[in-house]
Amino acid sequence: MFDAEALIIALTVFTLAIFVGYEVITKVPPTLHTPLMSGSNAISGIVIVGALLVAGQADGLLGQVLGAIAVGLAMINVIGGFMVTDRMLKMFRRSDERKS
Amino acid sequence: MTTEALFNIDFTNAAYIVAAILFILGLKKLGSPATARNGNRLSALAMLVAVLATVIGNDIASWEWILGGVIVGSGIGAYSARKVQMTSMPQLVAIFNGFGGAASAVVAAAELIHLIDTKVDIAENVSITIMASVIIGSVTLTGSFIAFGKLQGFIPSRPLLIPIRNVINVALLIGLVASTVWLVTDPSLTPFLIAAGIALALGILVVVPIGGADMPVVIALLNSYSGIAGAATGFALGNTILIIAGSLVGASGLILTRIMTKAMNRSLVNVMLGGFGVEDSTGVGGGGDDDRPVRSIQAEDAATILGYAQSVIFVPGYGLAVAQAQHQVRELADLLKDRGISVRYAIHPVAGRMPGHMNVLLAEANVPYDELKDLDQINSEFQRTDVAVVIGANDVTNPAARTDKSSPIYGMPILNVDQAASVIVMKRSMSTGFAGVQNELFFLDRTMMLFGDAKDSVEKILAEVKDL
Repeated sequence: MFDAEALIIALTVFTLAIFVGYEVITKVPPTLHTPLMSGSNAISGIVIVGALLVAGQADGLLGQVLGAIAVGLAMINVIGGFMVTDRMLKMFRRSDERKS
Repeated sequence: MTTEALFNIDFTNAAYIVAAILFILGLKKLGSPATARNGNRLSALAMLVAVLATVIGNDIASWEWILGGVIVGSGIGAYSARKVQMTSMPQLVAIFNGFGGAASAVVAAAELIHLIDTKVDIAENVSITIMASVIIGSVTLTGSFIAFGKLQGFIPSRPLLIPIRNVINVALLIGLVASTVWLVTDPSLTPFLIAAGIALALGILVVVPIGGADMPVVIALLNSYSGIAGAATGFALGNTILIIAGSLVGASGLILTRIMTKAMNRSLVNVMLGGFGVEDSTGVGGGGDDDRPVRSIQAEDAATILGYAQSVIFVPGYGLAVAQAQHQVRELADLLKDRGISVRYAIHPVAGRMPGHMNVLLAEANVPYDELKDLDQINSEFQRTDVAVVIGANDVTNPAARTDKSSPIYGMPILNVDQAASVIVMKRSMSTGFAGVQNELFFLDRTMMLFGDAKDSVEKILAEVKDL
């Protein structure tokens, strides 16, 4: 069985998202490339959604344990990524707004 | 399907659209340091919306295990985000890339087990994307771990060349294709586990031959992989927000990878084949030049030159981060500005151990971001500048990249430091940079070498400038 309709919808979303991502991210200045990468870490934590889905549907112990591990790994990225990005971004100041 | 179930699915997907919009707006606000912090908050809000929509829209059978994962993961994430030193940011991003990849691989495993248990026919597109998810995720996990080890120093950062590694890699790739075909034709856990094992080995073998200074490229690429693994998981689960957010991260990593390789004038293939910087320069361009005379000066001389200049450009490299001299450099810059001297910083795209690393280190030392200039903004300024001060940077200032066709770095975009009226280079010794060639800049008449630890040297200059 091959679900062509689901695949086409997914590919459409994927292709459009890549293009939007390309357009938006090429405008990020080099000075913010490190926060961009740690922010990307946080966003790649979106796999938390997948982790919740598989953990929620699991009926056996193995599935539940795997689900919990995936949730934990994804949460490291989500919490750690957003927090460390914020920590970096609040250090960026213009010359006229510097604490002396 | 009941109305209630239908409503749940529609509610979740509508919320996913909101989350996608917030993610894109969040990234858009990263376009300027002034709005970036709010952008990061928007992305965090997007994540919250996506998680809540998922939890509300789906029946979660049991919560105990999930809550355990949330608590442990959040704790580790918060702890490392608070404790990490800015110099170690590349290691943190590297290990987070690995966790992201691992999460995708584990989700793929759990989904496959569920599908096999419920004994439904597994659509080919689902089984293929489950394999894509576990393969990319596993490569990302071990590759990131090796990159982390090389940056942290518990794995030698020099390229480790394994004999016939390319033959091994091709054999592993064939193994991956074969196990995918096996899983698609006869779904079971065996081909899945074989593929996971091969991919874990492949991640190690691909990163081990790559040298420490090429790590910015590797981290950017693995950053991209962690996103693509997430998108593949989205394909397997038929989940749009996973596909969208994963693709955004995938695109981001690919763009950064391209910027890095362009800044090194190398192809991605050249970086990934590894071994760069291992004795490929004997006899050509570099060897035999070492006994030429250089002009060496003391901190007092440097202080006089800087104190009576009108314009100064600092050129920081990874050596600055190693010496932890960024705070002293900023103090010196403040002192010079008080004397009416124009001060700016020229930052090469591959300075530091990851894209933008040097900017973060200087921002931490309270250097305003409008003084940080990239290659295109600053290169025409050197010829109008009195003094360029190179601190811990080497290959990215070598004029041979413009002139010497036999040099291994020929064609690499460099900072035109040699065009400044005078140049002060702070360095420990005359040792060569990552490319293994001697820097022609050191032998110019206008160049003065200030040997020693960068932090020590800057502190001495600071004291001397105060007395001027």
